[in-house]
Amino acid sequence: MIAAPKPDLVTVNIDGVDISVPKGTNVIEAAKLLQKDVPHYCYHPKLSVAGNCRMCMIEMGTPAFDPATKAPVIDPATGKQKINWIPRPQIGCGTTVSPGLHVKTSSPMVKDAREGVMEFLLINHPLDCPICDQAGECKLQEQATGYGRGYSRFIEEKNVKPKRTQLGPRVTLDDERCILCSRCVRFSKEIANDDVLGFVDRGSYSTLTCHPGKKLENNYSLNTVDICPVGALTSTDFRFKMRVWFLKQTNTVDIESSVGVNAVVWSREGTIYRLTPRRNDEVNDTWMPDSGRILYKQVAATDRLTVVKLNGSDTSLDIALHAAAALLKAGSVSIVGSGRASVEEQFLLKQLATATGAQGHLVARTATGDKLLISADRNPNVRGALVTALISQLPCAELKQLSREIDEGKIKTVVSHGEDLLAAGLTAAQLAKVAVIYIGTHVNATSAAANIILPTLHTFEKAGTFVNQQFRIQKFYAAVPAPQGATNDLVVLAKLVASTGTHPPASEVHALWPAIATAVPALSTMLYKNIPDTGLLLDATPWAGLPFVEGETLHHKPAAPVAAEAARS
Amino acid sequence: MPAPAQHRLIFQHIDEPGYSNDIECYLRNGGYEVLKKAVTQKPEDLREEVKKSGLRGRGGAGFPCGFKWSLVDRKSGKPIYLIVNADESEPGTFKDRYIMHQDPHQLIEGTMISCFANDVKQAYIYIRGEMPEGARILEKAIAEARAKNLVGPNILGTGYSCEIYVHRGAGAYICGEETGLIESLEGKRANPRIKPPYFPAVLGLYQCPTIVNNVETLCHVKHIVQQGGAEYAKIGTPGNTGTRIFCVSGHVQRPGYYEFPAGTVTMGQLLNDVCGGPLPGRTFKAVIPGGSSAKVLRFGERYKGKRKVGTDMVDYDWGVEDVPMDFDSLAMIGSMGGSGGVIVMDDSVNMVEALANINAFYQHESCGQCTPCREGSLWMKKISSRMVHGEARKEDAALLKSVADQIPGRTICAFGEACSWPTQSFLIKFKDEFEGYAEAKKNLPADRLSLV
Repeated sequence: MIAAPKPDLVTVNIDGVDISVPKGTNVIEAAKLLQKDVPHYCYHPKLSVAGNCRMCMIEMGTPAFDPATKAPVIDPATGKQKINWIPRPQIGCGTTVSPGLHVKTSSPMVKDAREGVMEFLLINHPLDCPICDQAGECKLQEQATGYGRGYSRFIEEKNVKPKRTQLGPRVTLDDERCILCSRCVRFSKEIANDDVLGFVDRGSYSTLTCHPGKKLENNYSLNTVDICPVGALTSTDFRFKMRVWFLKQTNTVDIESSVGVNAVVWSREGTIYRLTPRRNDEVNDTWMPDSGRILYKQVAATDRLTVVKLNGSDTSLDIALHAAAALLKAGSVSIVGSGRASVEEQFLLKQLATATGAQGHLVARTATGDKLLISADRNPNVRGALVTALISQLPCAELKQLSREIDEGKIKTVVSHGEDLLAAGLTAAQLAKVAVIYIGTHVNATSAAANIILPTLHTFEKAGTFVNQQFRIQKFYAAVPAPQGATNDLVVLAKLVASTGTHPPASEVHALWPAIATAVPALSTMLYKNIPDTGLLLDATPWAGLPFVEGETLHHKPAAPVAAEAARS
Repeated sequence: MPAPAQHRLIFQHIDEPGYSNDIECYLRNGGYEVLKKAVTQKPEDLREEVKKSGLRGRGGAGFPCGFKWSLVDRKSGKPIYLIVNADESEPGTFKDRYIMHQDPHQLIEGTMISCFANDVKQAYIYIRGEMPEGARILEKAIAEARAKNLVGPNILGTGYSCEIYVHRGAGAYICGEETGLIESLEGKRANPRIKPPYFPAVLGLYQCPTIVNNVETLCHVKHIVQQGGAEYAKIGTPGNTGTRIFCVSGHVQRPGYYEFPAGTVTMGQLLNDVCGGPLPGRTFKAVIPGGSSAKVLRFGERYKGKRKVGTDMVDYDWGVEDVPMDFDSLAMIGSMGGSGGVIVMDDSVNMVEALANINAFYQHESCGQCTPCREGSLWMKKISSRMVHGEARKEDAALLKSVADQIPGRTICAFGEACSWPTQSFLIKFKDEFEGYAEAKKNLPADRLSLV
């Protein structure tokens, strides 16, 4: 490993404390390192600096030098270099650190400036917090409390603007609440590459809108809702559904592709209300695709599998497992794992494969990547199956080998972990020739044809890990309880392993990990609880030669040139 | 002391009988001779002459022109652009319009000399949207100059080529702010840019080094190259060289434009001797010396302090009438020379109503980017309009002042100052009138003109 070069450090003084920060850091970020809050609205760490809200104003001074000799001017009172304080406040977001820069983040000048800006921001704001979705996570509320005067001097009529503009299929705009910070405009242009937002009219009458004939309908539109510091941009899906302070936050990972976008599930009393991105500067910055956010609807979908079935009849889990054991013991088993299953599940499935002498298969799921946060590989955890040795080669879209083996009569039982075998290239006739054990969450053609159905949990109902395209192992947690009738995949898999006469290591994530660490070389140094929330990079060398399908995404560059995506999809 | 004689340098031919804005007339009067001379000189020598002349920008800020040119990044390898700021929008100012309407070739000659001096291959004249006639005249004048090989490729056979394009604004005051202008010229909404990093001299038009100069400033360049910088610097006073054009409007007997050596005429001389004093039976009450954003001066107040004369510091004790009309003296007494738009108000003017008018203008022109200016300008307008048209409260005076105090120095561009200085100065100097407005309003004639 080559050590990364140390960034040039610059020492600055913030409220009397010296701190060394990388060159190019701005005052807001430098102050954050000292736990000093510099309130702001328009500044966003992942967007260009606009400098328009004027909330982050700070007092600033630079060391004095004699203009003639260039020698430092020493203040006789302190014996230190004199500081030339600028007599007017400067914006923290637009000020990058320079050697010896002095900053005051709470001087009377700063306090006065913030109070002025807070008052100005509120005079034309509707103050409809009681009916506003942003209430509880609103920067305007927080900073008015923290930095405002607490009373109003405004007796004029407030401006009137449109209250419910549909900017696109998923975003509703309340223009009266908008503080014109332009974060959404910059996001659309700079990150989503879909420059559809802009302001019309002037001054305080400025109004956010879409360009004529355009809509905010790109797959990243809901990020504008996330970064809107006030309640102007709201998610049409989440609007008026639930107060945010009632919601429990659970870390999760976006399951729609191998990017592994870090996200948060917001739920209350077993019901999920929304998904939002979670910052990970190595994976998704602060962004998330819209398509990943609606996946929570799968949890409460009407086609969930909640009843254990044996040959079409309802039964108990024990009876079904008993029947499954008989099939597995009979031999001629093939196992179709899933790139959507967790590392832990894939590990147990590999145990099952070993115990039954079956070969593990995986179904590839590919489509064109968007070069941002959705990759060409639409399975979140193909690499987990490689790491756990469930498979040794990259999966194909069709189960050709299995198809051949069924035709040749070599296979009598197929275990599918959530994969629709018909969609994966098998025919109904082929399925009819074998016994199918289906372990999954939703109804599909395979579950309809299965001899045994073992209902299991959705990602948001269980804990585990995925290995993303960077070979970064990332954790997700159970956000909501499972529906009645569904059993944790690990429990089901462990029982199946046990039914073959092999003692399964464990049936719970934490308990399973020592066994995983022992058995899987790439994971030998870690335990579930030790994996940080932003993930851990694995050594990918053993798989470096595989022709992965992903092209470039936000924070991933494929090591080797990728074969044309279109040819694979 | 009587006023000195006018020195018509830039306005030499303005309103001259028989003088027309076509190129033949300009050539008959010695036009383009300076350009012909300039293109035989070294560009750096021309820049040096401008530096020597001490020319200060005539757009409002009075920034030294030679210094501005010296800031241009000439090492980047990017093209350098020159933009003629013809967005003259400051209320009370109407000098550039005269130049463009009646003597457009003077501007084109000055522009071409400045382009040559700065190795500019492409120049834009950004003209205010409300001046369609001026735009037509300039287009015609440029075509005429091009036909004579004074603009365009291989000028006068020297191998130097430069194009001038006229670009019309869409009618926004903020387009006169140089970075707002650049945004507008790029086809975007004219939101001024943050500085740093977007100093036009380094990252201007299309992220290239750019010079933005006022119409009058560029006309002065022609005369500087004609006379030599040192000779030009003899006009006016040290630090305020050349001539200054004043656009006097309001309650004087002879409003109009007047051109004097800078710093040689006082406010009293200008208003009384040159403009004929107040209207019959009236007395002067207030004057805004440099366009409506400049801080107002109240007749009767005294300004005291020390100022530099030569190398000595001398005391001064001035009334409004005694103030020399130059950048430094007006800055010393807390106002500014600005764009030279002198707005005069006599004792018939109610200052609350005058301010309501000014506030309405600035509220309408705020681009809306920065919170203090966007919200503050409208709030001030709402208060002053309510005072005039609705209920006026005694505490509105203090409120107005307080709102205005929260704006300047806290915005991206100088519009924050422009919109708040009128309110600040009106409230400081005519506080009594604002506090007593509720009472005074009862006695106003019912049929008086209402504010628009």
